[in-house]
Amino acid sequence: MNEPNNPELRLDPHLPITYIRPTKGWAALNLGDLWRYRELLLILAQRDVKLRYKQTVLGVIWVILQPLLAAFIFAVIFGRFANLPSDGFPYLLFTYAGLLVWNYFSESVGRAGPSLLDQSRLITKVYFPRLLIPLSSTVGVLVDLTVALVVILGMLFFFAVAPTWQLLTLPLWLLLVTVVAAGVGLWLSALSVYYRDFIFAVPFVLQVGLYASPVVYSASLVPEKLRGLYALNPLVGAIEGVRWAVLGRSIITWEMTAVSAGIALLTFLSGLFFFRRVERTFADVI
Amino acid sequence: MSYSVIQAENLGKSYKLVRQIQPGKGYKTLQEDLRSALRWPLARLRGEANHKKETFWALKDVSFEVKQGEVLGIIGRNGAGKSTLLKLLARITEPSAGQARLVGRVGSLLEVGTGFHPELTGRENIYLNGAILGMSRQEIRRKFDEIVDFAEVEQFLDTPVKRYSSGMYVRLAFAVAAHLEPEILIVDEVLAVGDSRFQEKCLGKMSSVAHEGRTILFVSHSMAAVQQLCSTGIVLDRGRVVFNGPVEQAIAKYTERNTGLVQGIDLADRPDRKGSQALRFTSVSLHDEQDRPIERVLSGQDLRLRFYYDSDKAYDKALVNLAFNIYSPQGVLLTNLNTKDVAQSYLPIGRKGYFECQWPRFNLRSGVYTCTLFCELNGSIVDWIQSAFQLHVEDGDFFNTGSLVERVQGDVLVAYDWYSRIG
Repeated sequence: MNEPNNPELRLDPHLPITYIRPTKGWAALNLGDLWRYRELLLILAQRDVKLRYKQTVLGVIWVILQPLLAAFIFAVIFGRFANLPSDGFPYLLFTYAGLLVWNYFSESVGRAGPSLLDQSRLITKVYFPRLLIPLSSTVGVLVDLTVALVVILGMLFFFAVAPTWQLLTLPLWLLLVTVVAAGVGLWLSALSVYYRDFIFAVPFVLQVGLYASPVVYSASLVPEKLRGLYALNPLVGAIEGVRWAVLGRSIITWEMTAVSAGIALLTFLSGLFFFRRVERTFADVI
Repeated sequence: MSYSVIQAENLGKSYKLVRQIQPGKGYKTLQEDLRSALRWPLARLRGEANHKKETFWALKDVSFEVKQGEVLGIIGRNGAGKSTLLKLLARITEPSAGQARLVGRVGSLLEVGTGFHPELTGRENIYLNGAILGMSRQEIRRKFDEIVDFAEVEQFLDTPVKRYSSGMYVRLAFAVAAHLEPEILIVDEVLAVGDSRFQEKCLGKMSSVAHEGRTILFVSHSMAAVQQLCSTGIVLDRGRVVFNGPVEQAIAKYTERNTGLVQGIDLADRPDRKGSQALRFTSVSLHDEQDRPIERVLSGQDLRLRFYYDSDKAYDKALVNLAFNIYSPQGVLLTNLNTKDVAQSYLPIGRKGYFECQWPRFNLRSGVYTCTLFCELNGSIVDWIQSAFQLHVEDGDFFNTGSLVERVQGDVLVAYDWYSRIG
């Protein structure tokens, strides 16, 4: 048996103090806590990436192959047979720029959606900011995005499209996609804990989303008057923005950018607050 | 003078139990919710009670204080609220009432190997598990060798843990957790794994952690472990604190509560039975050697089982073939105890009465055993109840060595002795 009292021990006055009490209504975001666990975000993302390519022979080559093959198929079907407009660029290059954004988005959302359910053991056994789980799905897909970016730079070279100064704005457009993807991921993951219906709905919605976004066609197909409305789908702004940055030319306007960015931010912030509001009962219902 | 690092005031956790109208529907579906949302405003207008919800308090009015460096044992039966309390303090779930204040970083170990992934190697899992439990990468790197050393898995560091033996897995998982350095460590029943040598090692590690001034909250069913590790104890019963004080007294209180007046197992209304019912069992009760009714059996205890019956007729002497089968927690038939094998079949029978089976030095290991009860009277079956009752067995001092025998392997205990002859 231990003697509990050791007089030499002094409590460090800088120790963090945790208060545990019921919360009502909307909870604060508690960004400090999130910051303290930032390493875990990376480790969880790293785990996702490692697990994805464990015991595959080709490993990371799949990251390049998957979108390339998809782009080829789209190029043949939509570019050749359906003759969809590609604003004068080689259809393969044009589609790949869209697919790059779309894949990043759909992979993140597809992974984030069921992420909380997949990690139910963690949620019921240990504390850490639960936000990290869906967010790490998005971070994990950054690896794929990076590879896709290298591929598209190679394509620019291959098709002899000279990059412009606009290429420097690419990170901003990618940030826009990230914000949308994370926001949708937050919403879907939290909702899936309470309603398993969302697990079935996500793949379907993603399928529809592919055609509701200008991936295999150009947004120039949409009548000019309706483009502001069209940009309510934040991926419209993101995809056309990436095309503008990479290819040097696109039908994107300031108006469309503002609408898409606004919706993206709204999705993300509402997702954050919704998640925080419902996360307190995750461990009880999951 | 020690500082108080945990103060809990009237902590409570309630769950809503929704009466299930359609059985078998565990999860909510959107459809159900939409439907009730549509119906709800109407019901509200009409002033009807909206839901058939009952509130169940898994924990209620729990207040206590823990000082720095103290090792507090939390004991109680299954469902007493021990795990709920730990989950509240570990911030896994929120309390419904009350509050608590914790000073310092809190590390919790409610399960060994939380976040371990079978596909990842030992090395990768150390980093992953460490990070999940709240260690920084730098901290893990600093302690890496110590962790590997403690777990004794050097050669297998780069092997996926799915190829580990269960012993290696548990050792590695515990090793990571044992090297956490929070000011407050919350530990659930995790020492019940691994072999006894490793368990000793874990207990040793935990006491040295406590000596460094860390505070530990410890839940275990093993009174031996609680006694060895803890200085103070809290006894929980049905979500409330019934005792808080020195650990010896807490254990005594717990044992006393569990051997208090106990109701027998009622069989009178069991419909799922066979036989003519000329004699029917009405209840079963368990008693210790001093005839006190008990609810749980300890390994090594002298046990008496009483089978109460009602009979249509009284007999001075009847041919009674009374038998009960015992099934292991895994459902394997272990043995059958009956009147025939011991040639004690001729017994008097009244209109009411009981048969008693005396079982000296009860030799099953801890676990829940299910028993089937059977009775033949003068050659015809009168009563036969499958899964008639259960024996709840807890670790006891079977070998009279002063320490509890725990469930390690198998179900049955045998009294034996060892000798060594040389030459």
